[in-house]
Amino acid sequence: MRASLFVTCLGDHFYADAAASAVRLLRKLGVEVDFPEAQTCCGQPAFNAGRDAEARRMAAHTLAVFRESDYVVLPSGSCATMLRRFYAHLFEDGDERDKQVADLAGRTFELAEFLVRVLGVTELGRGLEGRRIAYHHGCHALRELGIREEPLSLLANAGADVVAWDAAEECCGFGGLFSVSFPRVSAGMADRKLDALAEAGGADFVTSGDCGCLLQLSGRVRRRGQDLAVRHLADVLWEAAGGDS
Amino acid sequence: MEIRSREYPARSREAGDVRDSVTGATLSFDARRRAAYAGVAADEWRRWAEGVKTHLLTHLDRYLEEAEARLEANGARVHWASSQEDVHGILSGIIERRGARRAVKGKSMLSEELEVNELLERRGVEVLETDLGEYILQLLKQPPSHIVGPAIHLSLDEIRRLYHETHGMALDASPDELAAVSRVILRDAFLAADLGITGGNFLVAETGTVALIENEGNIRLTTSAPPVHVALVGIEKLLPRWSDLAVFLQLTSRAATGQPVGNYVSMIQGPRTAEERDGPEEVHVVLVDNGRSDVLADPDAWEALRCVRCGACLNACPVYRQTGGHAYGAVYSGPIGSVLNPGLAGLHAAMPLPFASSLCGACEEACPVGIPIPELLLSWRRRAVESGMDSGAKAALLKTWTAVAARPGLYAAAGDVLHALPGPVRRVPLPVVGGWREVRADPEPSPASFRKLWREGIE
Repeated sequence: MRASLFVTCLGDHFYADAAASAVRLLRKLGVEVDFPEAQTCCGQPAFNAGRDAEARRMAAHTLAVFRESDYVVLPSGSCATMLRRFYAHLFEDGDERDKQVADLAGRTFELAEFLVRVLGVTELGRGLEGRRIAYHHGCHALRELGIREEPLSLLANAGADVVAWDAAEECCGFGGLFSVSFPRVSAGMADRKLDALAEAGGADFVTSGDCGCLLQLSGRVRRRGQDLAVRHLADVLWEAAGGDS
Repeated sequence: MEIRSREYPARSREAGDVRDSVTGATLSFDARRRAAYAGVAADEWRRWAEGVKTHLLTHLDRYLEEAEARLEANGARVHWASSQEDVHGILSGIIERRGARRAVKGKSMLSEELEVNELLERRGVEVLETDLGEYILQLLKQPPSHIVGPAIHLSLDEIRRLYHETHGMALDASPDELAAVSRVILRDAFLAADLGITGGNFLVAETGTVALIENEGNIRLTTSAPPVHVALVGIEKLLPRWSDLAVFLQLTSRAATGQPVGNYVSMIQGPRTAEERDGPEEVHVVLVDNGRSDVLADPDAWEALRCVRCGACLNACPVYRQTGGHAYGAVYSGPIGSVLNPGLAGLHAAMPLPFASSLCGACEEACPVGIPIPELLLSWRRRAVESGMDSGAKAALLKTWTAVAARPGLYAAAGDVLHALPGPVRRVPLPVVGGWREVRADPEPSPASFRKLWREGIE
C-alpha cells in the first residue's frame, strides 16, 4: 500500500520530528510513504477568513499535487477536514475540479483515522505502559470527520491510562487567526481546558493530532509556567509502537 | 435596535470578572441539556424540527395569514409591525386608549430588540420586569446577557449586595430569601398593572395559539392578571400545526434548561369569553418583522430564522463562556447572535462578530433545529471580505501567504529562512505575532523542517 504524506505548514516547521515519526510508523505498518515536494498550504487560513479566492488557489494547487496519490495522510485533523469537507464549498457543482475534490476527499485521512479505518490497525504495541495521557480532540477532526474513538483506542491499547476529562472535547481556543485577533478570549479557552485537566488529576502529557491546537496549548502551558508536556499524537503513537521518540 | 459590536475586541478583553459566573452557569445548563437529550432520539428530533421550521419559513406568508385569521376568530386583535417604529406606534395607541400607567413584562428578547421599555418610560408608563433575572437587571440598569438566563453573569454575592442596597436585605441572605422579597413586590405589581407585555415562544397558525414557556409563573400572571395582554411575536416564531407545538415545547425546554418541559406553559388564544371569570379583556398579538423578511430572502442567512431562542448554542460555546453576552454589544449574543445580528442590524454594525469564533462547531452540535452556525459565520465572513470590511494587516498577511504558498519553490525557500534565523530575529513584531505573544510563549520551530529531514532520509 502506498500513501502520500501531506505534512501541512505547521507540521513542516513546528512538528517536523513528529511528522518523521508518522513516516516511520506508517513504514513499520507496511505502507510505502512518499512526500510530494510541491505541497504547500491547504488553504484553510484563507478559507476561514472568508477569502475563498485565495483558498481556491491553494485547493487547486493541492488537488494537482496529490492527484496521483492512492492515499493522502495528514498529521493534522483540521487540514484533513479542509480537504475532505471544505474544498467542496470552493468549486461549483459539476466543475471538473469539483469531481477531483470528491475523489481526493475519498482518499484523504487524518493519521489516527488512517491507521484504524484504512489499515485496520488497533494494536501498535505496548509502548505506553504506565503513561497517563490526556488526549485533546481537535474540533474539526471530532465534529466534521467524526474521529473520536480511533486515537483513544490506539493510546489505550498501547497500555496508556487515558484521562477521562470533561473538557476533552472542548475547543482549545486556537481557531487560526482567531487566536491572534482575540488573544484574551483564546487564552481563556486554553486555560479552561488546562484547568479542567488539572482538576481531573493531570497527566504525564497532553497529546493531539492537530498542530494548531498543540501550538496553542503549549504556548499557554509555557506562559503559565506549567509543568506539562504537549506532544504530537504521531510522536506518541510511534512510541506506542516501540519506536524512540 | 442599536448595536455596539465594534467594541467587542476591547470588551472581550475586559470580561474577566464575569468569567467564573458565566462559565459555571453555562457548563451546568449544557450538562443538563446533554442529560435531557440522552433520553430521546436527538438526531431524529433535530431532523424533524429542522424540517418543520424550514417548511414554515418557505410558506410563511400562508401561515401568517392563517394565524391572523384564527387569532381574530378567537377574539384577539392582530397587528402587523414591519419595524420598531411600527411596534412603538401600536403600543402607544393601546396605552393611550386604555390610559395605561403601569405595565408588567415577561422576559422577551424581542422586546429588548424593539426597545420597548424605553418607549414605555417615554410614555410615562411605569414598567416592571417580572422574570427574576430580568427584575435584577432592571434594578442594575443592565441588559440581559443570555437568551434564557439573563443574569447569569452575576454572582450570588453581587445580587446580595444589590438587594442589600435596594431592599435592605442582609448581606448573607439566602437565594430563597432574595426570591421571596422579590415575589412580594411582583405580586402587587401584577394586580396593579394595566398592561401585561410578553414575547411568544411559538404561535400556532392552525389554532391561533401563542405559547409561552417559563419556570417562575410570572408569565402566567403577566398574561392573565392585567386587563390587557400584548404578545410581541417575531414572524419566524410560527408553527404550522397544533401537533407541532407538543414537540417544540419539549425540545425547546430540553435544549434550554434540560427540563422535559418548562414548569409553566401558557397557551393563549384570545381574551376572556363571556363565560370566563378570569383573563384579560383584550389580547393583542403583534407580528413583528423588523428585518426578518430580509434575512428570509437571503439564501446564505435565512437558516438562522429557524432559531427557537433556547440558548443551547450559548451554553455550548467556549467563546461565549469567556465573556458572557454583554461583550457582543447586541441583544442576541453568542453564536446565534453572531449570525442573526448581521442580518437584522446589518453586517457593518455587527462587525467583527462573525469573526469572533474559533469555528469549533459546538454550537451546531447543540442546536435542536440544525442551524449550521459555523457555515453561516463563514458566509458572513466572505461578505465582509467582499465588501472591504475586513481589510488591514491580517488580510495583507493572508494575501502574501497565498502568494508564497502558491509557489512551491518560494514556499520551501521561505521555510528554510525561518529555520535559519536565530531566535531573536524570529521575534520580529509582526501584527499577527503581537496577538500571539500577548498571551503565549513563542512557538518553537523544529530544529529542521520536515522537508529537510525527508531529503536527508528518514530512518
